[in-house]
Amino acid sequence: MQLSFTDWNGLSDSYQYVGFRNYINAFKDTEFITSLLKTFEYVFFVVVLTNMTAFFIAYGLTRGIKAQGIYRVGFFTPNLIGGVVLGLIWKFVFSTALPTIGELPHVEFLQKNLLSQPKTAFASLVVVAVWQLAGYLMLIYMAGIVGLPKDVLEAAKLDGVTGLKELRYIILPLIMPSITICGFMSIKSAFMAYDVNMSLTNGGPFASTKLVAMQVYERAFTSQQYGVGQAEALILFVIVAIITLVQVGLSKSKEVEA
Amino acid sequence: MKKDVKKNNVGQVFTYALFTILLILFLVPFFLVLLNSFKENKEIILDPLALPEKINLTGYVKAFTAMNYLETFKNSLTITILSIVLIILFAVMCAYFFARNNWKINKILFMIMVASMIIPFQTIMIPIVKNFSAINAVDNIFMVVVFYIGAHISMAVFMFQGFIKNIPAELDEAATIDGCNNFQILFKVIFPLLKPIISTVAILDILAIWNDFLLPYILLQSNRLKTLPLMTYSFFGQYSVDYSLVCSGLIMSILPVIIIYAFLQKQIIDGVVAGAIK
Repeated sequence: MQLSFTDWNGLSDSYQYVGFRNYINAFKDTEFITSLLKTFEYVFFVVVLTNMTAFFIAYGLTRGIKAQGIYRVGFFTPNLIGGVVLGLIWKFVFSTALPTIGELPHVEFLQKNLLSQPKTAFASLVVVAVWQLAGYLMLIYMAGIVGLPKDVLEAAKLDGVTGLKELRYIILPLIMPSITICGFMSIKSAFMAYDVNMSLTNGGPFASTKLVAMQVYERAFTSQQYGVGQAEALILFVIVAIITLVQVGLSKSKEVEA
Repeated sequence: MKKDVKKNNVGQVFTYALFTILLILFLVPFFLVLLNSFKENKEIILDPLALPEKINLTGYVKAFTAMNYLETFKNSLTITILSIVLIILFAVMCAYFFARNNWKINKILFMIMVASMIIPFQTIMIPIVKNFSAINAVDNIFMVVVFYIGAHISMAVFMFQGFIKNIPAELDEAATIDGCNNFQILFKVIFPLLKPIISTVAILDILAIWNDFLLPYILLQSNRLKTLPLMTYSFFGQYSVDYSLVCSGLIMSILPVIIIYAFLQKQIIDGVVAGAIK
């Protein structure tokens, strides 16, 4: 924290205090701002898609399917493996397997390496993140759905509430606590995404997928501006703290007692 | 009524089909890498989707030596086990102290610990490198362990403290009457009772530490100290055109986790759920 007010370059023993200059520089740093905006976009897509996928799977799996356990174990697998290795696995898939599929008719868009164009590279990053995180949130949603009070569900059934209506008016409000947790976790991990980002695209092509955590790292260790890097890291922390607080507050207010 | 049953069956089949397809989509990247790890490089470039003509293990043999697999694996294992054992030992002692002594200073310390849980790693990574290099502690496996203890202990203390509070203090008193000193109470009475929560904490921390990349990446520089994720990354960068080698390497780096998962899936999933909901 103290570092963010100095001009230390990582090597020398002495440094000067420079007041808020690092913070001003951080806001003037266009790379930082671009990566921050990019991160907002990324967080939005990842959070929405992950939660939807996870909830969809959890809802489906708790509808009395047999062999639920196998599905659960399978969907959770990506979560056990570190982000770097996952990123590398997908890098292999994107650069060799998908172009081969692209040689079939009607899927021409796969022919080029998706990681080599800014737009598709960004989409790929989101896909991998959703894939990694969905299994984890699925577990939380499943625990939430399984823990729903049986009497309420039965009463609703007697009143003729089924299918989508049951989902919308009974299940969703009742599992709000799970949604609070999942929202918080997905927001936090999406903002801090670094491992997959680095191993899958390394920020490229043309810095189009450089997320803010990576930017902070490079500012500090690659361009040796530790002070500015630290200031940017703190700004990021404050932003994440504010957003998660707002989110937790919002979804907590929607929780109802059964 | 009959019609209803039939409709239900169709729905069931549809759900099964849907989720099976989804599951396959989820796991297909792993299969692809596994498949290609048995092929020669030529075959992969020709058609990465085809089955291997014959099982070819040269990729594995080469990757094994190139990654210095045994030593790398040993590094990962040392770091993880040392960290976990020390985290749990310290956290239990600390949590017990907090839970049983209702002092004001304990409350404040506890609050500070809980608050430290929300600080993301990126925020402290730069000062850490600065301080660790100031005391000449980079490139040292034990300093990585020290950091992990610091990073994960607050959550462990938080969870243990909640659990110990629910153990009646009368139990301690009874043990004292039976002639136990404080250490014996902690390790012979409290510790066994904590087993379920200890396994939760251990599973969460093992996964986090085993897979962590950023901290070893900035603290460990020499090749012989690298952990498994770190080595996989630099290995991929070095041989990125030799797909057969790369696939074998990837499989070897996920294999330990998958094997453990196969045996302990229920405990792992339960642990993760318990950890998330707390």
